[in-house]
Amino acid sequence: MDVIKALEQEQLRSDLPVLSIGDYVKVHLKVKEGSRERIQIFEGTVIAKKGSGLKETFTVRRLSYGVGVERILPVHSPKINAIDVVRKGKIRRAKLYYLRDRVGKAARVKEKLVSK
Amino acid sequence: MNKFILGKKLGMTQIFDDNGTVIPVTVIQAGPCAVVQKKTIENDGYTALKLGFEDIPERKLNKPEKGLYAKVKVTSRRHLKEFRTDGIDKYEVGQEIKVTDMFESGDKIDVSGISKGKGFQGVIRRFGTARGPETHGSMYHRRVGSMGAGTSPGRVFKGKRQPGHMGLDKITVQNLNVVRVDGERDLLLVKGAVPGPKGALVTIREAVKSRK
Repeated sequence: MDVIKALEQEQLRSDLPVLSIGDYVKVHLKVKEGSRERIQIFEGTVIAKKGSGLKETFTVRRLSYGVGVERILPVHSPKINAIDVVRKGKIRRAKLYYLRDRVGKAARVKEKLVSK
Repeated sequence: MNKFILGKKLGMTQIFDDNGTVIPVTVIQAGPCAVVQKKTIENDGYTALKLGFEDIPERKLNKPEKGLYAKVKVTSRRHLKEFRTDGIDKYEVGQEIKVTDMFESGDKIDVSGISKGKGFQGVIRRFGTARGPETHGSMYHRRVGSMGAGTSPGRVFKGKRQPGHMGLDKITVQNLNVVRVDGERDLLLVKGAVPGPKGALVTIREAVKSRK
């Protein structure tokens, strides 16, 4: 069992910020096009986190041309180049699945103002 | 068949490959195995290598086993297994075989092991037969169906699928991919699942049916 823990430990990333539910984030993803590699930014609200350790994933949701788009990404994926946390959200539950039923103004998450 | 080794299943996890794709892997503690005996055409009529795997305290051995390991000057091992191979000249008795000598990442392998015991199981779980309706007065739920015809043939055919003991069989999973070989820790990372519980002995061989 320790060997497996060690294998997982090696792959954990500590360079990325810790995300919380409700955060509005910009995820910089590495995209391969043939031999070229470029950075694509996916931005949206973190609506869920699942799992723990190496297997942890988070879900980012955004509205794109009126269509809801969700991406589930492993927290420790090497595909992620960087994550910017644009603003923190003030939320009262662990999973923000209710945002799926809402559009426009109702689909907003209140901003959490961090005291200095 | 020239690549083979004994190993212990440690469990499953996942790793990221170069593209960032998640691969589910089974971690196997493979080797080091000691060559305990070489079977030759002159002596035995065929050629094979007998390998010993996993250290064990000597007090757990019986006298014949102690004698064997003393004779070939190998530290005591828990498991012994024979592998048919033509290339026995490369190996000497007492030599240690490591994973890195046998396999590299990208190889196709077959993995054998004893599957987890499931106890006495009915025909639905054991063979995947269909279930009867649960309601509407069915009275036929998870039972065995069609126990033979009438007077002719007047008996139930052999091989009729019936309830009984399930699991604890020798199972071989073919054509698994070797994802990574770790020489330092003697680990073999195999894509996908492997038969048996954690800690079980598994036999790893070069794939018989691989299409290269």
